[in-house]
Amino acid sequence: MMASSYNAKDEDGHITVSGPGGGTLRSKKPENTAFKQQRLPAWQPILTAGTVLPAFFIIGLLFIPIGIGLFVTSNNIKEFEVDYTGVDMSSPCFNCSQNFSWNSTKPCTCTIPFYLDQPYESNVYVYYGLSNFYQNHRRYVKSRDDSQLNGDVNSLMSPSKECEPYAFHENKPIAPCGAIANSMFNDTLELFYNDPNGTRIPIPLNTTGIAWWTDKHVKFGNPGGNNPNLTAAFQGTTKPVNWRRPVYELDADPGNNGFINEDFIVWMRTAALPTFRKLYRIINKKSSMVPTLPRGNYTLEVVYNYPVRSFEGRKRVILSTISWMGGKNPFLGIAYITVGSVCFFLGVVLLIIHHKCGNRNNSADISN
Amino acid sequence: MAREGEDPGMAKASKVKRQRKKKPKENKTRTVHANILYDNAKGEENPNRNYANNKIKTTKYTVLSFLPKNLFEQFHRFANVYFVFIALLNFVPVVNAFQPELALAPVVFILSVTAIKDLWEDYRRHRSDQEINHMDCLVYSRAERRYVERYWKEVRVGDFIRLRCNEILPADVLLLSSSDPDRLCHIETATLDGETNLKQRQVVRSFFDLDCDFDPLKYNGIIECEKPNNDLNRFRGYIIHQSGRRDALYKENLLLRGCTIRNTEEAVGIVIYAGHETKAMLNNNGPRYKRSKLERQMNVHVFWCVIILLVMCLFAAVGHGLWMFQYGDKRPVFDVLSPEGTDLSPIMSAIYLFLTMIIVFQVLIPISLFVSIEIVKICQVYFIHQDMDLYDEETDSHLQCRALNITEDLGQMQYIFSDKTGTLTENKMVFRRCTVAGVEYSHDANARRLAMYQEMDSEEEDCTSHSGTLPRRDSVTSHQSARVVLRSQSTKSHRRTGSRAEAKRASILSKHTAFSSPMEKDITPDPQLLDKVNECSSQMDFMRFHSQPMSQLPSDLADIIDFFIALTICNTVVVSSPNQPRQKVRMRFELKSPVKTIEDFIKRFTPSRLTSGSNSSSSSSLITNRSSNRGCSSLLSSPSAESTLTKLDEEQPPRGLEHSFGPVPPCYNGKAWNLEDGELRYEAESPDEAALVYAARAYKCSLVGRLPDQVTVELPHLGKLSFELLHTLGFDSTRKRMSVVVRHPLTDQITVYTKGADSAIMDLIKPPDTGKRQIKIVSRTQNYLNLYAADGLRTLCIAKKILSKEQYACWLQHHLQAETAIQGREELLFDSALRLETNLQLLGATGIEDRLQDGVPETIASLRMAGLQIWVLTGDKQETAVNIAYACKLLDPEEEILTLNADSQEACALLLEESLHYIQAKFLCSSTDQAAKAFHSNFAPFEIYPSSSPSSSSHTTPFTVLRLGLVIDGRTLAYALDKSLEDKFLAVARSCRSVLCCRSTPLQKSMVVKLVRNKLKVMTLAIGDGANDVSMIQVADVGVGISGQEGMQAVMASDFALPRFRYLQKLLLVHGHWCYSRLANMILYFFYKNAMFVALIFWYQFYCGFSGSAMIDQWYLIFFNLMFSAFPQLITGTLDKDVSAETLQQLPQLYVNGQNSEEYKPYMFWMNMIDAFYQSLVCFFIPYFAYADSDVDLFTWGTPITTLALFTILVHLGIETKTWTWMNWLSIAFSTALFFTVALCYNASCPTCYTPSNPYWTMQRLLQDPLFYLLCVITPVAALLLNLFFKVLVQVPFSSGGQMKLREPVSLFSEPTRWR
Repeated sequence: MMASSYNAKDEDGHITVSGPGGGTLRSKKPENTAFKQQRLPAWQPILTAGTVLPAFFIIGLLFIPIGIGLFVTSNNIKEFEVDYTGVDMSSPCFNCSQNFSWNSTKPCTCTIPFYLDQPYESNVYVYYGLSNFYQNHRRYVKSRDDSQLNGDVNSLMSPSKECEPYAFHENKPIAPCGAIANSMFNDTLELFYNDPNGTRIPIPLNTTGIAWWTDKHVKFGNPGGNNPNLTAAFQGTTKPVNWRRPVYELDADPGNNGFINEDFIVWMRTAALPTFRKLYRIINKKSSMVPTLPRGNYTLEVVYNYPVRSFEGRKRVILSTISWMGGKNPFLGIAYITVGSVCFFLGVVLLIIHHKCGNRNNSADISN
Repeated sequence: MAREGEDPGMAKASKVKRQRKKKPKENKTRTVHANILYDNAKGEENPNRNYANNKIKTTKYTVLSFLPKNLFEQFHRFANVYFVFIALLNFVPVVNAFQPELALAPVVFILSVTAIKDLWEDYRRHRSDQEINHMDCLVYSRAERRYVERYWKEVRVGDFIRLRCNEILPADVLLLSSSDPDRLCHIETATLDGETNLKQRQVVRSFFDLDCDFDPLKYNGIIECEKPNNDLNRFRGYIIHQSGRRDALYKENLLLRGCTIRNTEEAVGIVIYAGHETKAMLNNNGPRYKRSKLERQMNVHVFWCVIILLVMCLFAAVGHGLWMFQYGDKRPVFDVLSPEGTDLSPIMSAIYLFLTMIIVFQVLIPISLFVSIEIVKICQVYFIHQDMDLYDEETDSHLQCRALNITEDLGQMQYIFSDKTGTLTENKMVFRRCTVAGVEYSHDANARRLAMYQEMDSEEEDCTSHSGTLPRRDSVTSHQSARVVLRSQSTKSHRRTGSRAEAKRASILSKHTAFSSPMEKDITPDPQLLDKVNECSSQMDFMRFHSQPMSQLPSDLADIIDFFIALTICNTVVVSSPNQPRQKVRMRFELKSPVKTIEDFIKRFTPSRLTSGSNSSSSSSLITNRSSNRGCSSLLSSPSAESTLTKLDEEQPPRGLEHSFGPVPPCYNGKAWNLEDGELRYEAESPDEAALVYAARAYKCSLVGRLPDQVTVELPHLGKLSFELLHTLGFDSTRKRMSVVVRHPLTDQITVYTKGADSAIMDLIKPPDTGKRQIKIVSRTQNYLNLYAADGLRTLCIAKKILSKEQYACWLQHHLQAETAIQGREELLFDSALRLETNLQLLGATGIEDRLQDGVPETIASLRMAGLQIWVLTGDKQETAVNIAYACKLLDPEEEILTLNADSQEACALLLEESLHYIQAKFLCSSTDQAAKAFHSNFAPFEIYPSSSPSSSSHTTPFTVLRLGLVIDGRTLAYALDKSLEDKFLAVARSCRSVLCCRSTPLQKSMVVKLVRNKLKVMTLAIGDGANDVSMIQVADVGVGISGQEGMQAVMASDFALPRFRYLQKLLLVHGHWCYSRLANMILYFFYKNAMFVALIFWYQFYCGFSGSAMIDQWYLIFFNLMFSAFPQLITGTLDKDVSAETLQQLPQLYVNGQNSEEYKPYMFWMNMIDAFYQSLVCFFIPYFAYADSDVDLFTWGTPITTLALFTILVHLGIETKTWTWMNWLSIAFSTALFFTVALCYNASCPTCYTPSNPYWTMQRLLQDPLFYLLCVITPVAALLLNLFFKVLVQVPFSSGGQMKLREPVSLFSEPTRWR
């Protein structure tokens, strides 16, 4: 017994897989189990035209209707977009875009008239859109301090090094620190309905409900919790360099001020692609009778603060209704239709090939 | 006993001193003193203190050294260094891409998996070491003056240990005393070399004649021996007694660690080598590490991956530089300054970015690939181990994988080099025919009986195979086995029948005796020969009775009796009886020997350096005393100087005959002895020896006892005769013969009996001027030998020689010198043997059949159909080899055979040239047939497929391999392997369908393998069972050992050990194919998977200003490979079967798949890469457009992409998987579930952590988003649509995977039939 274990060790060396070391008396005969003999019951799909063909047709038949449905849904979404960057001389905002500076104190306002040719029935979402703005730049994305934004007092006073070089300004910690916060979008947009009889009716824009619920209530928080005196809470910090107002003056509503200001929260969620939109306001439907935005002339008043010309950026305002699948985007519908059609087409091609070559093979089989 | 040397003590002391002084200088020997002479085993003055103690430690690590040592070892793998470098790069703030701690995770994971594996293995070793170290043995204690129990680890060099029966030796021990009256000790060496027969070991000669127990206190010798080495079959040294006498020590005196004492109640010895210096431990080297062909190919592609990675990084870096450059001085708000607030120039940024990208794209180099491959290989090895079909019930052994990392090489073999004896054949020898003195005795009865058995067997097999349904089959088999038992009881059967029951019975019968199957023992004597034997022996009996000289016997009768005596004694067979399995039969005849003239003799013959001057007289007087005391038992002692001389000295006593027959038992009755005969078992080192002994016994010449100095033979009428065994010149492969020198008890002549290969013996026959009769005998015998060889029998020639006393004395003197020499003893002994074996007188020859193993022809046929070239390299003679080759269907009677036998280099060159021309001519003739050519180019893989009819041969004869067989003998091979001819030789050999190299030496075997391997760049497999195949096994890409009967050397050197040759078929065709195809597919899939995943990030760089940003969360990025996508591919890599085992065995042609590396071709890597890039494009751009210009944020967009990529690669794996078991389903489900679980937990765990992604609640929101599900459906479909389409498209014209493979050979099969 000893000798055998000694021996087994010497000979097998590293072969340890042979299972629990059997005694010398036990036969080494392997067990006849399906697993050990590699005879597990198995499904062996053989990729032949015969088996794959139905799959192709089924996919085609499933995808095309889905695609049509998606396409129709997307088409039913009403969307209006207006570019107010002011690149053209004719553009109302041309002047504002020219004399720009981050620190200019005198606000520049421009007014953009537009016409909605169909009424927007349900809730209307107002977005601002930026193009060519690389919010996904690696160093930009990192430049934030989540603990500070969560209301952590230590981080408030000593922001993490990720925020560098936007962590301290004049030896005071910046709140909120980092490049993302520093570059926050600060145009103000106001919408007026031009009544057919000439009066400008301001449209109430809802400032809350635009951020993720979890962001507002879990991720972000003001220092000192529910302390209504935000000024005191942010005592000893300074505003980001590019900001006009400190963070505790973002909104009059204490529930939407400081770090939990929803415009701020929305901005802090960095966009995936260089052309993006961000939710700005929501126009709630008032009653079922009246469309939220009736057909007619509208005026957009912009307080033009945010410079984009340095990077060839564009600024837009988008008014859109949404469906269950989000904003207007016909792509997915088209994609489904295309893939479905391609499947169908390939199926047909295979069918032809199978028909032609299959016969030959069959005859060969029979001859044997 | 050593007392007598006390007076000349001074001289001895000075001698000892000289020895000691010499030691440090030459340092080639080890000096061992007894420990009891010193107070303390470790004390300053103990000369043994520097030798290793017996504690063994096979572990690689200690608690402290584990971490550094293991890491150091792991960093030998270049990939690990690379990954650590990347992880460390992350700690540089400028270039870091991930959180540095997180980036370490994969490396740490991989390293720790390997480390845990190593640790576990090491722990196992440690535990077994502990167990062994704490075994008990008896060690003589100086303080207590008795043997006390000690642990093995406390044994030290120089200790005396007492061993009892069935104990295992704790160290290499020099045997000093044995309870056996013959001063022998029997050991079983199964643990060392797998040989189960008993081996005899002798007490050192100077301790031979102790009457009382050995007393360690009286021991005062000094042992000088070689340094520890790993040669189990060599031990040289001498012991210096206080008297100054030196006695040579042989391997027969050494008991090796790990062996078991048998048959001997008690033995005492002194430890010579301990612990790690024992021969067993020095022989114990770990498993072999080889790199497989597939892995070599893979490494090329890993290298390509590195290049792709660098190109991608460079591209991104340049892109980033340009992107920065376009903004010029107007720095956009999103281009963040460096933490110090300084501006980076575009060029600097590009350089930093290059490094960052290396980190981000590191996944492209598959970090887990190496670990996965190892895991899959271990699983493959496990399954190979578990295969019932590779288990041999008879020996209760199954296949052993000794090399863990070349399983897939089994699927790519192109050339098989096989040994013949023991590999193709059973190595169970059956005596078939013999010729004595030029007269042939055909043993027809034997052959008839064999034929009868075979008929019966085939009938039985028919009966079973026709027996239809399964339940019936049971009853039939039981019935059959009953019959078998009956038959084997009545007539004794042999095993070739394939009937399990019988085989088992045979194995039970032969359990205690190696090489004794019923067949060998059961030989029907040829009646004519039997009569002659009887006649002869009765005449001899008569003559003895009348004191007539034996020379009056007619010479043919004398030859016959000599022939059988030679068969009986010229071997190393040990006799044992089965009722006491390990109890040897003792039978000692006390011979009286007058010792009058001994002193003269010693003076005349003793070499002066052995015993000089006064010593000689004292020792000789001692011998005289002893021999008179003990009834001259010393005469029977080992073939050593003094005693041999003493015996020589017996001056032809007038009543010698009576003396030598003194105490013969009065039982002359043959029958009574026969009964006892039946009980005797013979254990031989080589099976043909046993066969010959059994054959002789059939003629009533039976070996009844063998002692080191005496062989007892029982002859009809004459009863028991004991032959004094003066020398045994063992068999070696160069001489190809063995001899014994005995003193014939009847004629009292010193006779040399030689047995060996006919070529070796025939040259040594006395020049035929001696007489017409001898010439006739030689020529006739030669005829018969050729006849035997033509029948595929192994031939042995038996010859004898009578030495005059003067000749013997003269030879003896040289021989003794050779025996006692320390340096170059082997060569001297060899020369000495050559001197003795000359001028022989031919007695006769035997033909022994070496039966083919079960299923060999079938295995060879199917391996050949699998496109494997099979070469047989054997040491046998040409005719025998050719016949075996025909028998095992290696050669086809219809094919032409080129035989190359040349006497000189030039002749060989000429022959090769001619053969080449011939082959070219043949090739030309066959290639004129254009159709044939077209056929072959179409079906190139099947070109070696043998046709079934000669008429269609022009169509199936491949243009590279003709229907030719090449037979070459050893001498010609030596010329052909010369540098100048090797190319020609190869050109000839490769165009032949089969190659047979006869009479080749082990070295030649390995040279042939090396030549083919290196020149033809093919994968070679060598299979063999004996020590002579070891070099060949080691040279080949894959070495396979047959764990058969010739010991374990081949197995120890091999990568795989098989119980039988026929298992090679399943091992290669099924497991080899599977392992190869699984691993190849897994590796390709790995490359695809990583490239696909990494490309996603690469495409993203175009949308993030080449800033090295990743939309995939760094956690997903790092754990994607390690966790989320790891399991399904492991399951598929382990379990997938592209073709079922049955099909693979039925259609060996499928094997060419692996030979041509069809599962893993370079273009496949690139196809996979292109596919990966295409799929990643789809996976990237569908979400891109679906979320274009929306308010989606970076990681809410990246998470679906990750999910899509996971689904896509899982479905891709699904398409690649050919067999779906529940394991596959489970693993895919598990992977998916794991991903979502981890994602959900991760996204819910911490609202402020995991910068920069901070993915709080992302997954949860995505799961509420219908868009997410829509994407999940369409993207994998779109990504894999084309892949699937092309797969089907490629397969449609030639039909599909499994079916194609099934159909193709069918049409090939049908081709020839149609031609008919």
